[in-house]
Amino acid sequence: MSILLVLEWIVGIVLIIGAVACVVTENIWAAIVRLSLLSMLAVVAFALMRAPDVALTEAVIGSGLVTFVFVVAIKKMLPKENENEETR
Amino acid sequence: MKKLVSLFLILVLAFFLTTALDQGLDFWHSPSQLDAFRMSNAFVQNDVLGEGGALVFGESKNLESGSANIVTSIVVDYRSFDTLGEITVLFLSALGVGLLMGSGVRTTLRSGFILKTAAKMVAPLMLLTGIYIFTHGHLTPGGGFPGGSMMATAFLLHYFGSDTVKSNLKPLKWIESTAGALYILLGLAGLFVAGSFLQNFLPTGTLGHLVSAGIIPLVYVLVGLKVGSEVSGIVADFSKTEVVS
Repeated sequence: MSILLVLEWIVGIVLIIGAVACVVTENIWAAIVRLSLLSMLAVVAFALMRAPDVALTEAVIGSGLVTFVFVVAIKKMLPKENENEETR
Repeated sequence: MKKLVSLFLILVLAFFLTTALDQGLDFWHSPSQLDAFRMSNAFVQNDVLGEGGALVFGESKNLESGSANIVTSIVVDYRSFDTLGEITVLFLSALGVGLLMGSGVRTTLRSGFILKTAAKMVAPLMLLTGIYIFTHGHLTPGGGFPGGSMMATAFLLHYFGSDTVKSNLKPLKWIESTAGALYILLGLAGLFVAGSFLQNFLPTGTLGHLVSAGIIPLVYVLVGLKVGSEVSGIVADFSKTEVVS
């Protein structure tokens, strides 16, 4: 069993655990951060499967822009508890 | 008058479509006889190694699509029309976000000291990395879409890292529309020079050089600029808050 194969197994198992952890958590901000970490793990998985193009795209989109979209959308939808924090 | 013009346009379109499809609708020959003319078969039996045997990085010349990255040569050479469609989809989504949310006032997140300081240092490097990724799209992994998105992420960091950024997005729209129009003009140039839309009509050069692979680097620079400015526009529009009156 080569070291790459072991790494692939570890990454795959952690991906599944991370996806479940992302779904079951009660805190919505924790879910977003876990989703971002999950996409970074997916980058490792893509790179191990020799798809560097997809890995690059996933790294940029999954960890940067998707997190931004979720954060801004949830910040807009939540009732404004402390007014001085976001709007002017 | 308007109806007549539209009827005429529909007839012209129908004529072009039927003549274009006519080559594929051959009822007089059996499928095995037609196999030699089919597009997919031509690609399956294609010999990419050239006449001299194996490909050598930095030495092989005049290849069919001189890109060192096979994904790039599929995405912007053999299936370039597909990429044009993808860009159109992205443009439509940017249009939707702009129409729905573009009229608000800019949201200011209260950014901390670390974000403010780091954004100044990291954002230019990210912008440079994005430009590197899409200019070297035909040599290394990546290309217009990841490079452009990386530029947009740098814009996002800059946008939220400083409170004083003016939200003047005119240059972004200008770059976006110019890059899109130039891509289509490049395709039309292929139609007139080489005979089909978006065909690679420039010499492909030596495998592995920066100036090689014909129109692939040009197309990827245009795609990168367009995606970068478009996603930056989406980011800026999306982060606006509606004015409640």
